[in-house]
Amino acid sequence: MNAIEHPLPFASWESRGFWEGAGRGELVLQRCEACGLVQHRPRGVCAHCLDGSALTHFTASGSGEIYSFTITEQNQAKGFAEACPYVMAYVKLDEGPRLLTVIVDCDPDDAAVGARVVADYVSQNRDDAEVFAVPVFRLG
Amino acid sequence: MTTTAFPRGAAIAGVYEHPSRFSPNKTEFQIMAESAKGALDDAGLQRTDVDGLFGASMSMGLMGIVDLAEYLDLYPDYLDGTNIGGSSFVAHVTHAAAAVNAGLCQVALVLYGSTAASNSMAIGTGGTGGSRNPDAAFSAPYGMTTVGSYATYANLHMDTYGTTSEQLAEIAVTMRQHASLNPRAKMRNPITVNDVLDSRMISRPLHLLDCCIISDGGGAVVVTSLERARDLAKPPVQLLGCGEAVQHQGVGYSDILTIAAKQSGARAFEMAGVKHSDIDLAMIYDSFTITVLATLENLGFCPVGEGGNFVSNGGIALGGTLPVNPDGGGLSSNHPGMRGIFLVIEAVKQLRDECDARQVPKAELALAHGTGGTIGDKHSGATLILGVDR
Repeated sequence: MNAIEHPLPFASWESRGFWEGAGRGELVLQRCEACGLVQHRPRGVCAHCLDGSALTHFTASGSGEIYSFTITEQNQAKGFAEACPYVMAYVKLDEGPRLLTVIVDCDPDDAAVGARVVADYVSQNRDDAEVFAVPVFRLG
Repeated sequence: MTTTAFPRGAAIAGVYEHPSRFSPNKTEFQIMAESAKGALDDAGLQRTDVDGLFGASMSMGLMGIVDLAEYLDLYPDYLDGTNIGGSSFVAHVTHAAAAVNAGLCQVALVLYGSTAASNSMAIGTGGTGGSRNPDAAFSAPYGMTTVGSYATYANLHMDTYGTTSEQLAEIAVTMRQHASLNPRAKMRNPITVNDVLDSRMISRPLHLLDCCIISDGGGAVVVTSLERARDLAKPPVQLLGCGEAVQHQGVGYSDILTIAAKQSGARAFEMAGVKHSDIDLAMIYDSFTITVLATLENLGFCPVGEGGNFVSNGGIALGGTLPVNPDGGGLSSNHPGMRGIFLVIEAVKQLRDECDARQVPKAELALAHGTGGTIGDKHSGATLILGVDR
């Protein structure tokens, strides 16, 4: 079992704040100061106001709990095939929204709905000027 | 009988399931064309009667429906290439009924074809290489697969309600039992609960035999007004109720255990004015065993959380509480990528009493529910309630 080779994230201007934040070791979410919504995935507008003028980025705690998960035993995709079995999970962040991620350094038998997790960041070697990382989580 | 949605009445006048499960020497459009011929012959109609064309496939992209019209040398008055995944063809029946009732077309042809198996397509576990799509950028780095998404749903259901792998396996066993009665089914040898549990784990808790097969195939459905259908070759099957819905991650708070079927099913039952206990059989999209359990609960055939008991002990077998997928479903008969059209075709054949050994006796009301995309993540749902003409 090898570490996952994460495909390089591609950032649009809508999602740039998230990936740049991860590059700094921060989990960055969006909040609409007009209605209070904390949303993920990031968008160019608040999905409820349909307006981006009050949208801000903030650094979340990086803590949450496993909402659900699976132990992936088969995935032919490059970067994942050699990493099976790996724990893919939805994590419910303490700030509210849920995100898709993987739980690293986790014995498959230790993964559980409701388990507390914290964010970590896998740096990317890229051939462009971006400094991005992929947020992953570990039990803790 | 007519509904408020379809004052002229809407009916399925012809259906055809392509017999092939492996067609390395055919194209998608060829399978669709052969299916079109089959369904038009079934209805007693000609190619030139078609003035509404509906279709989708795994490879039809931008302008795909126009490409399909060209292939068939058709010049219809109404086009609909809606692609919401495997449920598309269930939704097409609704859209066709609406177009017929609005007077926008008279004879609507719904088509599907696929060569998924002969292309060696890894539908369930080929997930997520790199992508420049900014939305996919949030799933691609994490190795999401189709089966993986359904597996997160299954795990959450098990954790919340105590559903077991044995109960999911019962669904696969029943589908195989039905397939053994269907001469065209791809997998016909009986299996046991232990066979399912002993099969290779794909994405925990889903085993190989919790997953649908991959085949080639296709089919066609002809939709017209009830009045027109009554003059055609086969007894009409009426569209009594319908609904469509989506479920997705939203902005990160949606209730994943509640699937699109809840919304689309409630609407279909309300429109049809029938009760769950009136339904003689259900055609339920069975991409995975958990898909059937989730759909039956969300459609209201049993309380949420009690699906495990509902599907056990032959509950969804022929002769059980609610026979589900008498053809053997995607788990055992055929699954060429997008299975929705077969849900409609088998429901119609059952209501016309054409199913021999797998016939549900005296079937008068059938429900078909298609799921497109992935339960656990984002998906569409489309429900039809179909009945005999009386």
